[in-house]
Amino acid sequence: MLDAEFFRRWMAATAASVDREAERLTALDSPIGDADHGSNLQRGFKAVTAALEKDAPDTPGAVLALAGRTLISTVGGASGPLYGTLLRSTGKALGDAAEVGEAQFAEALRAGVDKVMALGGAAPGDKTMIDALVPAVDALGEGFGAARAAAEEGAVATTPLQARKGRASYLGERSIGHQDPGATSSALLVAGLEEAAGE
Amino acid sequence: MSDDKLVGIVLVSHSAEVAASVADLAKGLAGGVSVPVAPAGGTEGGGLGTSAELIAAAAVSVDRGAGVAVLTDLGSAVLTVKALLAEGDELPDGARLVDAPFVEGAVAAVVTAATGADLDAVVAAAAEAYTYRKV
Repeated sequence: MLDAEFFRRWMAATAASVDREAERLTALDSPIGDADHGSNLQRGFKAVTAALEKDAPDTPGAVLALAGRTLISTVGGASGPLYGTLLRSTGKALGDAAEVGEAQFAEALRAGVDKVMALGGAAPGDKTMIDALVPAVDALGEGFGAARAAAEEGAVATTPLQARKGRASYLGERSIGHQDPGATSSALLVAGLEEAAGE
Repeated sequence: MSDDKLVGIVLVSHSAEVAASVADLAKGLAGGVSVPVAPAGGTEGGGLGTSAELIAAAAVSVDRGAGVAVLTDLGSAVLTVKALLAEGDELPDGARLVDAPFVEGAVAAVVTAATGADLDAVVAAAAEAYTYRKV
């Protein structure tokens, strides 16, 4: 079973990896975006860490709802409302249970990913975070390690794609050949699950 | 609808200057009626981007109880307003994201709001700005 402490560890692991990889995320965002993805997420997850320490939410749903709300209000770029919606909707789907099963979490995360697709209008293959998140959710039934591998594979597989959403889509064919920064940060988020589980 | 209950307009742009200038332009064309219009441009730090806090504060500042029409430029401005609306309690009741071109839509919205029109009419006027072809 996964308790609030697990979800706090997930957010902490993601904050740490985003911090570690911020320069790389921004570098990926330079040729096809506006070169702020790493610094935006770094600021957002730093604020998440502070908010979770201050309010100490005590259910899985409350941890994710607070994290999502914080990202929406602090990131300043499109990744704020997108990741914010992902976490908040996932948290909402978990309700107010003190502990949730892995299958229940997988179902909630799928609901969160669906909300992100509805918000941004992106589908798999559009060269966005969805290309890492959908394979991760599909693999979650086989464990957090399988989800991490699927997300990383999905992120790498965005390289040959042409962007169809966001600023990168204005570049048309010139967006081909670059790994999508959003899919890359999504893979970091999914990898945080494995770390939180101590696997 | 009485004059003291005009629809409020919020203009969200990645740039503080763009939001403020479009607000000035639209108000200047409103024909002397003081429509509640507030810009929410850029990040709180003054950079390019979108601030949920600035949007929420702007929406509260123009809310006269007749609804608030929110116009945006692109990308994170659109997504942030949608996420705030989905949240439920971040924006005033009756706040609505308008699918409209930013400059033309803002002028249409403010001019329409100045007549004392309701939110539906303001939203429709702003959205209709898409149909105005220039060539």
